Amino acid sequence: MATFILTESPLVAADAVYRQVVNAGDHWSHLIKAGQTLRILDLEGNQAADTLFYDAHDTNNRYSASDTIRHQGALYLTTGTKLISTEGDVLLTIVADTCGRHDTLGGACSRESNTMRYAHEKESMHACRDSFIRGAQECGCGHDFGKRDITCNINFFMNVPVTPEGGLTFADGVSAPGRYVELRAERDVLALISNCPQLNNPCNGWNPTPVEVLIWD
Amino acid sequence: MFQSGPIFTRTLDHAGLWSGVISRGKTLRLTDLQGGANVGVLLYNADLTVERYNMPDTLKGQHTYQLTHPHCLHSDMGRLLASITADTAGWHDTACGCSDAAQVAAKYGKKSYQSGHNEFHRNGRECFLIELAKWGLGKRDLVPNLNLFSKVTADEAGVLTFVPGNSPAGAYVDLRLEMNTLVVLNTCQHPLDPDPVYHPRPVKLEVFPAQPVALTDTCINSRPENLRAAENTAAYHALRD
Ligand SMILES: [Zn+2]
Repeated sequence: MATFILTESPLVAADAVYRQVVNAGDHWSHLIKAGQTLRILDLEGNQAADTLFYDAHDTNNRYSASDTIRHQGALYLTTGTKLISTEGDVLLTIVADTCGRHDTLGGACSRESNTMRYAHEKESMHACRDSFIRGAQECGCGHDFGKRDITCNINFFMNVPVTPEGGLTFADGVSAPGRYVELRAERDVLALISNCPQLNNPCNGWNPTPVEVLIWD
Repeated sequence: MFQSGPIFTRTLDHAGLWSGVISRGKTLRLTDLQGGANVGVLLYNADLTVERYNMPDTLKGQHTYQLTHPHCLHSDMGRLLASITADTAGWHDTACGCSDAAQVAAKYGKKSYQSGHNEFHRNGRECFLIELAKWGLGKRDLVPNLNLFSKVTADEAGVLTFVPGNSPAGAYVDLRLEMNTLVVLNTCQHPLDPDPVYHPRPVKLEVFPAQPVALTDTCINSRPENLRAAENTAAYHALRD
């Protein structure tokens, strides 16, 4: 078992300029201005917050899982990780993390992939990529902002370990009630979260729960 | 294994780039002619390119971090784009993305067409964008790609190591197309290849008519996830054909 480095934040919730609870299965989008800090708080533990980021002034320039992995030479995200865009820009930096590991290989669940991963009859179940599509339609980025813009995301609070032999597993969550991750925006970014409604695997303990987002100036 | 010779052959030299639609029922064989090649690959449903290769679904659907035979390559719509029906290299990367202009300049120096002619320094990202544009696609369609012939391992902490020598001269990988697929590829070096010399290796492309997919097919039967994805693909074709 790898040792996780945990980094607490000096920020106090009472000083936040924005607070919003995002219920399980809901989508949320918001502009984070350069220099602001975004905290995602796992209220009840083992929730997966599926998250995409875009350059607010050029949404073609967006979070890239493979550029982020390559830039840091490592698969997992934690304090110090820079989130890199498809144009090679730093969108945000993780500045605090009391969970210690976040996934960007596992992607977001979808109704279509649920039929492949679990069973054909799971197709009717609510899933993240439908939430992302709704979030893209509602975020004010223009009417054709949609499925083409839903790329490989971050799964905050999710643990997807890779073995040296090339295996990949879905482990029980490494999070707990009250754990959080904090990111400083290095430019104006649009954040899009799907608070995962997945009921078929242990990523959220078979019980999707709310997260809270907080923003500080 | 093929009943007839290739219906298409091409060799990509230097940092070669290529794109084309290969219909389902054909197999693309890529051969590393000298050893040490890398082929960056993106795949799209040729009939509706908003459906595309999905790295996470491919990995988590098969509980693997590396790709080889008998793995399949999944789209983001619960279907199969291709199956890896043969592989003599044994490990292909899909997590590390492709090189970009800044990285190639920092690692190998700048070499323009003016000074290098056709040996000028290209990078994977620009090669993808050039070929994507020819099919009406662009930056919004850039997603994590395959890096065929390249092996990158991860330790317990997730730290990555590029493993040289994964692909010997003559190594080949066969991709059987399960859909009409737009295949976009380039032979730029892997972005984590520690070799300080800029020399993308030549790769041969051959396309063969494939055998009909048997009920006992090793790729599709290798995991229940692949079988369900193949059933989804068959349902899609039943509506279209
Ligand atoms: Zn989900």
